Amino acid sequence: MISTAIDVLTAEGGGMPPLVEPGAAGSLALPLVLVIALPALGAAVLLLGGRRTDAWGHLLGTATVVGSFVCSLWLFLGILGRPEDERQITQSLWTWFSAGEWTVDLGLLYDPLSALFLLLITGVGALIHVYSIGYMEHDVRRRRFFAYLNLFVAAMLVLVLSSDYVGVFLGWEGVGLASYLLIGFWQHKPSAAAAAKKAFVINRVGDIGLSLGVGLIFFTFHTTSFDEVSALTSEASAGVMTAIGLLLLLAACGKSAQFPLQSWLLDAMEGPTPVSALIHAATMVTAGVYLIVRSQFVFEYTDAARTAVAVIGTITLLMGAWIGCAKDDIKKTLAGSTMSQIGYMVLAAGLGVAGYAYAIFHLVAHGAFKANMFLGAGSVMHGTNDDVDMRHYGALQKAMPVTFITFAMGYLAIIGFPGFSGFWSKDRIIETALAENLVLGLCALLGAGVTGFYMTRLMLMTFFGEKRWEDDVHPHESPKVMTIPLIVLAALSVFGGIMIAGDWIKKFLAPVTGEGEAHHLPVSPLVISLVVTVVVAIGVAVAWMLFGRREIPREAPTDVSPFTRAGRHDLYGDAINDVLVVGPSKQLTAGLATFDRAVVDGGAMGTASAIGGLSAVARRVQNGFVRSYALALLGGAALVLLALVAVSFA
Amino acid sequence: MTGFQAPNVEWLTLSPLLVVFLAAVVGVLVEAFVPRAQRYAVQVGLSLAAMVGTLVASLVVFARLSPTADEAELGRVVAAGAVAADGPAVFTWVLLSVLGLLSVMLFAERKVESGVLTFAGQAAALPGTEAEREASTRGLSHTEVFPLMLFAIGGMMLFPASNDLLTMFVALEVLSLPLYLLCGLARRRRLLSQEAAMKYFLLGAFSSGFFVYGLALVYGYAGSMGFAQIAAAVSADTGSRALLLGGIGLMSVGLLFKVGAAPFHAWTPDVYQGAPTAVTAFMAAATKVAAFGAMLRLFYVAFGGNRDDWLPMVWAVAILTMVVGSVLAISQTDVKRMLAYSSIAHAGFLLTGFLGIRSLDEVAPGGLTGVSAVLFYLTTYGFTTMAAFAVVSIVRDAGGETTHLARWQGLGKESPLVAGVFAFLLLAMAGIPLTSGFTGKWAVFAAATAAGAWPVVVVAVLMSAVAAYFYVRVIVLMFFAEPVGDGPSVAVPSALTTVVIAVGTLVTLVLGIVPGALIELLGNVGVFIR
Repeated sequence: MISTAIDVLTAEGGGMPPLVEPGAAGSLALPLVLVIALPALGAAVLLLGGRRTDAWGHLLGTATVVGSFVCSLWLFLGILGRPEDERQITQSLWTWFSAGEWTVDLGLLYDPLSALFLLLITGVGALIHVYSIGYMEHDVRRRRFFAYLNLFVAAMLVLVLSSDYVGVFLGWEGVGLASYLLIGFWQHKPSAAAAAKKAFVINRVGDIGLSLGVGLIFFTFHTTSFDEVSALTSEASAGVMTAIGLLLLLAACGKSAQFPLQSWLLDAMEGPTPVSALIHAATMVTAGVYLIVRSQFVFEYTDAARTAVAVIGTITLLMGAWIGCAKDDIKKTLAGSTMSQIGYMVLAAGLGVAGYAYAIFHLVAHGAFKANMFLGAGSVMHGTNDDVDMRHYGALQKAMPVTFITFAMGYLAIIGFPGFSGFWSKDRIIETALAENLVLGLCALLGAGVTGFYMTRLMLMTFFGEKRWEDDVHPHESPKVMTIPLIVLAALSVFGGIMIAGDWIKKFLAPVTGEGEAHHLPVSPLVISLVVTVVVAIGVAVAWMLFGRREIPREAPTDVSPFTRAGRHDLYGDAINDVLVVGPSKQLTAGLATFDRAVVDGGAMGTASAIGGLSAVARRVQNGFVRSYALALLGGAALVLLALVAVSFA
Repeated sequence: MTGFQAPNVEWLTLSPLLVVFLAAVVGVLVEAFVPRAQRYAVQVGLSLAAMVGTLVASLVVFARLSPTADEAELGRVVAAGAVAADGPAVFTWVLLSVLGLLSVMLFAERKVESGVLTFAGQAAALPGTEAEREASTRGLSHTEVFPLMLFAIGGMMLFPASNDLLTMFVALEVLSLPLYLLCGLARRRRLLSQEAAMKYFLLGAFSSGFFVYGLALVYGYAGSMGFAQIAAAVSADTGSRALLLGGIGLMSVGLLFKVGAAPFHAWTPDVYQGAPTAVTAFMAAATKVAAFGAMLRLFYVAFGGNRDDWLPMVWAVAILTMVVGSVLAISQTDVKRMLAYSSIAHAGFLLTGFLGIRSLDEVAPGGLTGVSAVLFYLTTYGFTTMAAFAVVSIVRDAGGETTHLARWQGLGKESPLVAGVFAFLLLAMAGIPLTSGFTGKWAVFAAATAAGAWPVVVVAVLMSAVAAYFYVRVIVLMFFAEPVGDGPSVAVPSALTTVVIAVGTLVTLVLGIVPGALIELLGNVGVFIR
């Protein structure tokens, strides 16, 4: 007991980052297992059950996630009743590998960090499942859609509950697969298939970062479980910690669409809108932030990697905001905004102990209000024959009052209108950034102003002004099954800020993220809040001048500034990818393929054409090519001998 | 009078080999004496019985493995020093018997070709002639494939157990010759098949030449054929180094050819594509097990003393093989060719494991040696590959198997179950967690990292990412693309092929979730004796 007390004291002293030292799950083991098992089971039944489950598949899919949410609440209340240092619990499931010191236990780790993620994933997830019942009503493959959604929720829960990096990797690949299946869900659209492929390829780059990072962790510490690694990181060299940190950052960039791996997220909007809300706004894309905050025991020992994290976050938050300003597609505008907001979270995570809790705070708040707005966009599309071009909207607030009001709540939250959830969460990040580094802080402040601009533009173009829709479009409010989730999420957007009351979230997360020393600002936080609000107000006012008072043309103007043009082209992310990655690798493959065709495929082709002239042609083909194979064999033998001799003399 | 001393033959320990060879010989007699109508039933029954018998015998030998007299290692050298029945050898016997059993089932499939084997009706008839048509209308089948396969399995089992150079060479030939023949026996697209057989035979003979020349050089160096004596000579560093290095190099060419490592891989795509799919499945799974088993023994036992000489060469070959296999697979348009390149990439991953630590003394307590890691990977790979090729054999159209990737578009609509199983197997080959592909890769990477070969592991991780791309491309094609024309159709196979697919898939899943027991077992038995 005494030693525990001393540990706590030293941790509070601000020296060591907190260790992961979970206790036994005890009575909470049941909900801990159920929370994953329910959606996993749902996915299995829906996928294996086939058409027999078509009639009630969507209901089962929704019920499992609601059940999972109940378990999350049960767990949350369970640990709230415990003293602070007993809030980490673990439950070992089975030993995946065991060979001497090389052991990977598949276990679950539930602590305040996972607790918040669980509530977000299952809570928002359940609402989005309910919404999808209405949204996907006329889709013949609705059951399959719910199966994939369930699969996603299960994989995401594995990601945030695993007690081991290898388990995180398992969830990481799982959510990637589900995301991939869902982006390409409307496979009849070639653009959807292409977007799915792009998301997969770019995510693989991030995955390489994770595999190598986990590999390096195993190589350095001979273990991959959080508790053991966290106890050992203080002894490793700074260089190794920086390498691990940068590899984990690469992984985070892939999954969370951060610069330079951001370009897949905009294309991912090809998926059905509930998917964009759940996976590409509220949950999966925040996995990178989770990984960084979870690995605080790595990042605390490497200033270089932490700085890289903060810089990447800042670049992305500005890029995302820029792209958001230029897009006319409502979902792509929101996607740009998602990139930008995740940039804020990554920036906060890069600020270290002072920022971790605020990163998570913004993550949870953003999860609610962004899901709200995506579902709202879905509702708008539902009422306008699936048109996504904001230039074809206008004056929708009368036709769709519930969608309008709920969307407005999300809007006020994201721009940081005083009192709404986004105000509290973004304000804290800007404040901390200003205290830690003036340049990063000013960039974050600028981003807040731009956010005010592009979100106001979206609101004005969609809900206000003159109606610009075609005559055959009859905008109408969506059914209750879609509006009720909107109302719940709107309420969360309004009241989400309550989590920061009395610094609750900071204290709650302290066992995981550590408690930083209070930062010292030259001016009082109140002044900063005021400045932020003024900057946002300027952004809003500019948008009002440009879009609120003028006619908006139905066709996008072409004589736009280079900035707008760059924004419309996703800041040329694809072009850069093409030049740097796609081009060279295509050439490499093509070169090798030509060789292969000339030498190898020739045989097969020759045979096909030889069916007429039989033996003569076939003999010629065979003689020629076996000879060249044999030559290759001979060359290889020479190389092998040469290698042996060279090594022997070296 | 100095009497002839009969060598002591350990019948029980050798029984797994003897059962297979005996059954193969009986199979030849069956061809000669049993009427044509009953041959299929008799041959299939005999082969199945032989494989079950050898499986049981192997398991008995495995259970009876006991420590050698002077050392703590398991196993014994039998047959007057020619065969080493130690942990790794007997494990490959068990593995080969199971894979062989599954192969017999694939060979015996008759339902997908409406009542005849998927092998040529009369191999001697020229393609496109009257004789071929007659053989086809009479419903002839070459049941000789069963004894041929048994001979090949016998050779494969002897190969990794051989304890001297000559036995190893004989085993190599015994396993290779039937395979050359089997490759040319496809019922459909016979020209392609015969061309494949011819190429495989010529190149195989060529590489055997290298192998046997290397063997002669090593004999010249050590003055003995036995691995124990060679190892002693290598440790003592007597004799000419040029002879030794030349011998190692030339022998490794022969072995690397058999496993399909670059730059000796050129035959693999042609032969895998042309051979009857059942034979391809058998070759891809079983040959790799046998050849890697033999390669491990040769390099770890005979040449273990000058590891530093040959290790950099294996590094280079491993890297080259992974790059060639993974990158070239991207541009393939034929399923069997793609799987062939994938098997080349897998050979590279196996070579990565080959770089692992040699003996238990150097490895951390309970850690994985290179032998254990490679044997584990071979187990995971063998079952996955066999099931994948079995799936290929049932996706057909009017012209037989349809292996062009374009024809696989929309398979997910035609048959969600088959496409789902194939997608799972591809994910396993890509090394996605919860499949055996992931645990297998983890094992070889961990073994290689522990031995300090981390640059190879980094390349391996990068190449697995590249490889994932082409596996997933096929999945996309099956599920997200519209069928072309009538689309592919899935022939309903008999229970035989179904069992092969089911077993392969199940093992892939189980070893992905609970690999612990097998890894632990391999940790205990994975040591060679001399």
